Amino acid sequence: MTAVTAPLDVDALRADFPILGRTVRDGKRLVYLDSGATSQHPVQVIEAERAFLTEHNAAVHRGAHQLAEEATDAYEHARARIAEFVGASANELVFTKNATEGINLVAYAMGNASTAGPESARFKLGPGDEIVITEMEHHANLVPWQQLAQRTGATLRWLGVTDEGRLDLSNVDELVNSRTKVLAFTHQSNVLGTVNPVEPLVARARSVGALVVLDACQSVPHSAVDFRALGIDFAVFSSHKMLGPYGLGVLYGRHELLAAMPPFLTGGSMIEMVEMTRTTFAPPPQRFEAGTPMTSQAVALGAAVDYLSVVGMDRIAAHEHQLTVAALDGLAGIEGIRVLGPVDGHARGGAVAFVVDGIHPHDVGQVLDDQGVAVRVGHHCAWPLHRRLGVPASVRASFYLYNDLADVDAFLAAVRETRRFFGVA
Amino acid sequence: MQLQQMYQEIILDHYKNPHGRGLRDPFDAESFQVNPTCGDEVTLRVRLDGDQVADVSYDGQGCSISQASTSVLTDLVVGRSVGEAFGKLDAFVELMQGRGTVEPDEDVLEDGIAFAGVAKYPARVKCALLGWMAFKDAVARAQGGS
Repeated sequence: MTAVTAPLDVDALRADFPILGRTVRDGKRLVYLDSGATSQHPVQVIEAERAFLTEHNAAVHRGAHQLAEEATDAYEHARARIAEFVGASANELVFTKNATEGINLVAYAMGNASTAGPESARFKLGPGDEIVITEMEHHANLVPWQQLAQRTGATLRWLGVTDEGRLDLSNVDELVNSRTKVLAFTHQSNVLGTVNPVEPLVARARSVGALVVLDACQSVPHSAVDFRALGIDFAVFSSHKMLGPYGLGVLYGRHELLAAMPPFLTGGSMIEMVEMTRTTFAPPPQRFEAGTPMTSQAVALGAAVDYLSVVGMDRIAAHEHQLTVAALDGLAGIEGIRVLGPVDGHARGGAVAFVVDGIHPHDVGQVLDDQGVAVRVGHHCAWPLHRRLGVPASVRASFYLYNDLADVDAFLAAVRETRRFFGVA
Repeated sequence: MQLQQMYQEIILDHYKNPHGRGLRDPFDAESFQVNPTCGDEVTLRVRLDGDQVADVSYDGQGCSISQASTSVLTDLVVGRSVGEAFGKLDAFVELMQGRGTVEPDEDVLEDGIAFAGVAKYPARVKCALLGWMAFKDAVARAQGGS
């Protein structure tokens, strides 16, 4: 563990992100508060991808020429680095198109298990079985399970959300029971910022033999996360939310499970032997990486992980906590603001969603944009959560390592300006 | 500041005091439209009297742009023939999709010209067209006899 002593030198960090130097909307300083949607990229990551393409580019895991060797080494080295970053082994990490595909991979593999042999029996689902999710899930961790339930005849159930924006665990023992095959939940809500209590949920799932799938898209980029220590079975996270390139997600699966799980996508690269009428499959992770993989992107994500590690995940988390508390305190001082989710900094990350009385979130976002403040507006791919909280949409500011208190101040000033502009101040 | 170009007084007036709002009977067809990126929605009813648009009524939730443009729509199409109404719809769609390069005709679009500034913000064009797409769909349903 890195000691949280020295604060981040944000000015020095910002110099690594060229985009933060540009202006928007007639010369305004860019205040980028939309890292929950996608983060910006430091030159070190851009350069790593460029270097791979200009020096080592070749198709990996095929061909015996020197470039093929170098490319394969770079790809697998990146996998090992990324695995270490999240407390996993290299053979437990599968590269996918994005985190959404990672969740679909598990859901479809479970569907495929229903017609596979006895070796994948533990992934089988059918009528009478239950899948448990939560009401605060991103659509990516909701729709695949809902659809899997519909395909297999299993029943979808979910943990509710309290008015404060925490998971309602009062009926967890009833919801997660001997019929439960999968418990899938988000580590950190992309809307509320809420950090969910993994430990008791894993303990409950373990006691009934259910598999645990963790959506770590909003936790891995922002704090030190150790999948093995958390005791989960599967997890996903996303490259582009943690300084890495687009087009790449990561699925973690305990090796024993990946080894027993049938494939999702089939084709080249994922086979052991092919005959005209049958195929045997490669061991994981290759079994789940059909086709030519996202090579330069994985190499660049390896560089992103190096960058984050040098800065220090605990320092990043402490820095974001400071910004989050400043934003929450500032919003509390403005009339007519309702924050969705925890209003203090306890067990919450740096996503701050809110609504302004009398002004639609789209209109709030427009005035913020006019001030150079980039936030997300809408339901943030969590429509059922917004319905639960009684609002059609919200405004979300989200922080990352390159934001500073000046960004928070600009954001708060822009929120006040919104109320003035629409005549509700 | 470009903001005033988007949020013309006309738009804010229609937003605060919408025309024709509320669902009314009788009606011939109803359309429900939603903007999946933000969750804004509108339910719009049309009553035709022969070839005339006899009434348009609507309810919904959404931003100032989507609500105001639906309010303007009712002013523009109620009492007109379907052909005239669709002519205005075409003109409004052309204006909104013009990225700020289309000069609107006030004789055709009346208060609708206030949305010219919105056309410069591609992310908001869908908002402005939400009610209009509901109108187009509802008329098609009414004429289809469904």
